[in-house]
Amino acid sequence: MRKRVVITGLGVCAPNGVGLTDFTYAMQHGKSGIRFQPKLKELEFGCQIAGEPLIKDNLVEQYFTPLQLRGLNASGIVYGVIAGTDAWKDAGLPISPKESPDWESGIIFGTGILGVDKFRESIHLVDDKSVRRLGSTTVLQTMASGISAYLGGILGCGNQVTTNSSACTTGTEGILMAYERIVSGKAKRILTGSCSDSGPYVWGGFDAMRILPRQYNENPPAASRPMSATASGFVPGSGAGALVLESLECALERGAKIYAEVLGGAVNSGGQRGEGSMTAPNSEGVQRCIVDALENAGISKSEVDVINGHLTATAKDTVEIKNWSEALDRQGTDFPFVNSFKGHFGHCLAAAGSIESVASLLQFGKKELFGNLNCQDLHPEIVKIVDASRIPQKTRAYRPRILAKASFGFGDVNACVIFGAFND
Amino acid sequence: MDKEERYQKLKDIIKIYLPEDVSVGDISEESHFINELNINSANLVDIILDVEDAFDITLENDDMDQMQTVKNALEIIELKLSSK
Repeated sequence: MRKRVVITGLGVCAPNGVGLTDFTYAMQHGKSGIRFQPKLKELEFGCQIAGEPLIKDNLVEQYFTPLQLRGLNASGIVYGVIAGTDAWKDAGLPISPKESPDWESGIIFGTGILGVDKFRESIHLVDDKSVRRLGSTTVLQTMASGISAYLGGILGCGNQVTTNSSACTTGTEGILMAYERIVSGKAKRILTGSCSDSGPYVWGGFDAMRILPRQYNENPPAASRPMSATASGFVPGSGAGALVLESLECALERGAKIYAEVLGGAVNSGGQRGEGSMTAPNSEGVQRCIVDALENAGISKSEVDVINGHLTATAKDTVEIKNWSEALDRQGTDFPFVNSFKGHFGHCLAAAGSIESVASLLQFGKKELFGNLNCQDLHPEIVKIVDASRIPQKTRAYRPRILAKASFGFGDVNACVIFGAFND
Repeated sequence: MDKEERYQKLKDIIKIYLPEDVSVGDISEESHFINELNINSANLVDIILDVEDAFDITLENDDMDQMQTVKNALEIIELKLSSK
């Protein structure tokens, strides 16, 4: 029989809550993390709002040494180290002694682009013929795998330590990479997750594509409207989410608490064929990904009772709902409950899949379904497919059994992971 | 700035780069940055930048190669300051 894999630790650094306690409260009570960004206004962005985690200076000092903090100018690393270290501690795992790493534990922690502000700093120095002033950490802060490298050193992990990158599917893909490595017996546990930098240099390209909302600069909490008739683009976000995946055997052996089980999943690409393109999904690819995920998990279409969608608050939300409906062959009141947490904290790009998975998994323990935000006016095309009662407007009591979480990204890439309530 | 002040200033710079098992009290004029103070060789680059900022001097590549011990560093700093 295939090795069973469970989730034993969670950590998060989200725009609406840093740390599990604050984040859980924010998700239960529909607290928004989307705020006006003076810097974006100053730079004359169309969209001047974003979801950015609020990190206090004295919090950072708990995670980094004074030496690590010198010249640290990579927000993604700060978010990722906070979330990753928290997940490790939440799982009750020790930090490896100085002499020897934990050979059975690895890290797969993704990002889209890292250390953008540090890179900008360096570019100015280089152009100014001052390359020698870059210091010793420019490379470490700007290499994509900087995040897994920082975490690997802090925790002392001796198994695979790597960084994956697949646009907005990064976090969800990482969970499946971790799952597969444990199933194949190559690692006992993997800290997985993803992070995304904050700031104008990350978000600017999206503003230029005119896919961000421009009419909510005065009313940020109402801006991100997944599944709404008045959705007008995704709100950019940043942060990090982290999960400790572990073989059931190991988790039981050390008496760890178990949030839920990873039952399986799938990743694929629509190949930018058919209706797919660099920026739009091929629906056939999306549907295959969902169907393959269920098959891999050994779950029938009728068993899925909760969906956490990608649902970014663009015109594509309707297409996504249609894809779920066709893939699962379910509609109306028979459609699973569906939520999108981008209403709370926007689209955290590479960090989206991991932060949203952390929120999805918290629902198992809390025996709740977190409500959607800003979709009282459901899109009429969505209501034709899904009965409004399946789209909770408020957090409600519920015991999730099988939750499907999907993320889709630029490059026409898809990932779908199936989480199950843990019962032994 | 006298010699003692320069030494103190340099020690303040080095302090942050010391590994956990080496204390400020372990620093002497004869200390070798890498072999005795166990400073990560990558961080020598940062110490040099900090020295430049703190003393308002510029160190050349040759100066950097010669900076093996605390004493070397003090000599180079003194030379640069006197030729300012």
